[in-house]
Amino acid sequence: MSGSLEVRNLHKDFRLRNGVSFSTLHAVADASFAVEPGRTVALVGESGSGKSTIARIITKLETPTSGEVLLDGRPTPRHATREYRRQVQMVFQDPFASLNPFHSISHHIERPLRLHHPGLSADQLRSRVVELLERVHLTPGETYLERRPHELSGGQRQRVAIARALAPGARFVVADEPVSMLDVSIRVGVLNLLADLQRAEGLGVLYITHDLATARHFSDEILVMYRGRIVERGPSDEVILNPRHEYTRKLREAAADPDRLGQLRDEVRSEMTGGPA
Amino acid sequence: MADRFAGIRYLMPRWSAKLGAGLVIVGLITLFGIVAPFFTADPRDSSNKGLLPPSPEHLLGTTKLGYDVLAQLATGTRGSLYVGLLGGLSAMLLAIVFGILAGYFGGWLDEVLMLATNIMLVIPGLPLVMVIAAYVQNTEGLGDFARSSTLVALILGVTGWAGSAVVLRAQARSLRTREYVAAARVAGERGLRIIFVEIIPNLVPLIAAQLIFGVMAAVLGEAGLSYLGLGPTNSITLGTMLNDAQTGQAVGSHAWWWFIPPGAMIALLGTGLALVNFAIDEIVNPKLRLAPQAARQQRRATKAGKGVAGGGAYA
Amino acid sequence: MTTGASSPTAAARPVLTTREVSITYEVNPPVEAVKDVSLTLERGEILGLAGESGCGKTTLAYGMNRLLKAPAVMRSGQVTFHDASGTDIDVTTLDGEALRRFRWDKVSMVFQGSMNSLNPVMNVRTQLGDVFTTHRPGMSRAERDQRCAELLDLVGVDPRRMSAFPHELSGGMRQRVMIAMALALEPQVMIMDEPTTALDVVVQRGIVRQLMRLRERLGFAVIFITHDLPLLIEISDRIAIMKDGRIVEEATAEEIYRTPQDAYTRQLLASFPSLTGARGGFVRSGSPVEPGPTPAGGQ
Repeated sequence: MSGSLEVRNLHKDFRLRNGVSFSTLHAVADASFAVEPGRTVALVGESGSGKSTIARIITKLETPTSGEVLLDGRPTPRHATREYRRQVQMVFQDPFASLNPFHSISHHIERPLRLHHPGLSADQLRSRVVELLERVHLTPGETYLERRPHELSGGQRQRVAIARALAPGARFVVADEPVSMLDVSIRVGVLNLLADLQRAEGLGVLYITHDLATARHFSDEILVMYRGRIVERGPSDEVILNPRHEYTRKLREAAADPDRLGQLRDEVRSEMTGGPA
Repeated sequence: MADRFAGIRYLMPRWSAKLGAGLVIVGLITLFGIVAPFFTADPRDSSNKGLLPPSPEHLLGTTKLGYDVLAQLATGTRGSLYVGLLGGLSAMLLAIVFGILAGYFGGWLDEVLMLATNIMLVIPGLPLVMVIAAYVQNTEGLGDFARSSTLVALILGVTGWAGSAVVLRAQARSLRTREYVAAARVAGERGLRIIFVEIIPNLVPLIAAQLIFGVMAAVLGEAGLSYLGLGPTNSITLGTMLNDAQTGQAVGSHAWWWFIPPGAMIALLGTGLALVNFAIDEIVNPKLRLAPQAARQQRRATKAGKGVAGGGAYA
Repeated sequence: MTTGASSPTAAARPVLTTREVSITYEVNPPVEAVKDVSLTLERGEILGLAGESGCGKTTLAYGMNRLLKAPAVMRSGQVTFHDASGTDIDVTTLDGEALRRFRWDKVSMVFQGSMNSLNPVMNVRTQLGDVFTTHRPGMSRAERDQRCAELLDLVGVDPRRMSAFPHELSGGMRQRVMIAMALALEPQVMIMDEPTTALDVVVQRGIVRQLMRLRERLGFAVIFITHDLPLLIEISDRIAIMKDGRIVEEATAEEIYRTPQDAYTRQLLASFPSLTGARGGFVRSGSPVEPGPTPAGGQ
């Protein structure tokens, strides 16, 4: 289908040195999926499952060992990387590390605008930056322009990072654990903002997370990754409510669920009385 | 339209007694080196009597050859500062090129640049400088340049950058993996722009510290070379003054006014630069800044309140 | 099998009480991190302390164990430890040797970063054994080794890994070793500050389960500090919700979950979408629940 971002048979191997011998780590093994405009695909897995490597390959921070990344059905030649990046952007995990402490907030949004829309005048740039800031609910936008990252809270920084990803006019956004470093009470707000923007602009979002609950509510489709492989995929509710793969079940078992209040204690108690003391 | 000064303000050292004292010392010495030579007598005027102790005509006395020590000191300070600044700057530029390029780009470039750096690092400094200085100074065709302070400064710069390069490379490597650098790449920025706009501004305190260290090293290196007789012969520096005092047996003839002023000037300059460096170190490593404050607060707290743990150990 | 303290239900007496504790960071301007907090930890219970970063939960935990470092100062309040032997210990006045023996012996602590505080050049046996050499000087070498093996077994680490160095163990295993260390002297209270936050959920679940087992067996009380409210509701007996240095609500886990009283508790609960239930406060609730072809695709 055209108008989609697709990865096909993606492999990524890392060579690990172990003293004098080398071993190969298959960080990603044969991953294929597509992100379509207006839809969210969640990539769920634990750390080391390869989900962040996929994000880095899609954003061309890393080159795959084999396999292709197709935008609108076509691979991107080397010289067209910048054009690709206009379409595909990323929101990073750590809002404290993803903004340069030296630069003002406006710098962070102005640079991608300037890079991808070289024709804009200084005034146009300024109003576009303000507009982007207000789109991520940092209002009034003017008051944020000259501030620096350390003056902002984690949630505000992540909003700036979202505005930066939108600045080039991206159609696809890779969000790598966008809320895992934020305080719990603002996580839903940031995810809702992302969902709002996605609906308003018809963005295709790849949401990378280890949290099954937000993955279920926030996305249309879930891919479960385990040791570099996609072991299960399907509509969100289907994957979470009727997991098929053993690993998905294990993940679901492990997720905290307040409905199982006191259950663990009772289990452990019966285990103690039943089993050898 | 971005507030360019906001970023710079964030990198300025906090005002402190150390920084103030250091800046005053360095400032006064610099002023002395720039202004004093215009008011003192000709430092090469040997018409005075030799080895005069300090007196109203010769505030710091005269040398064996009858030169006015104050005039020599003024010109010598200027000469030493020039060598220090030029030597320090050239060492810094080389360190930036070798360290930051190696750190940011990595791969084979890193290997090659670091090989060169390591070779420079393991060759003992002073003997290398001596050999190069002796060799260059005897090279035909350089004319006056062969024994000028400019050449000495460049030699000191070329031999003194390796340590700084290693420090800068380590920092650049760590900054390279920061998410904001990855974010700049995803935004479409190019490599060199990332180095100059995203990385180097955050290294300014470190580079400044390395520069000051380089200036100190060059001043001292020049003094050492001159003392050994390998310094610039056609200009006056604090080092050549000490060399003259040594060959003129100033110590043996109790002419303290001859060797103490240049020695003290070098020590003072070193102290001032070191103090400024401490203040910059506190930006590079905020723990240093907080440590004395925390200690003070701990004392106050123990006096005022209760429930403060004495030590950190709990096992 | 170890001796274990009294059985969890035997003593109705609390094991640790704090009364009106206030802790201030003496910076400019002073920051009141903990304000008038009174908490009671019953013998053998798991008390969950929930709150977001900066709410003062870690500061409070440090205060209870006298681990505050300048510029934090306990301005006022009482921390009393009720020993199983029947004597009460005023924690705020402990000093020197008495304080050193109180910590680890009576109350031990596990931090989020604990697993990274293992000494990289010493093997597990040496580091575990060190606790005994310091606190139980009379113990013979063979006894020590045997206790270490028991402890590792207790926390679910193969005792054969005893001569392993920290880098040879996974993060979860290292955290288990830290828990073994905290259990070494059979403390009556264990304060755990985000002990599993840095670990993957599956590993986290394993450790939490092990902790519940150990509590049943050894009868120590736990103060479990985390921002993960669903986890607390699942494992705690009682939960205290902390915000801006104050306890805003304290109740049994069931009451906190089913009938939260404070607005902040409700907000915190709403921040965790239910895994299996309805979508709650999520913006996507407007879109069809059955994710079919999305209408928003009209590009």
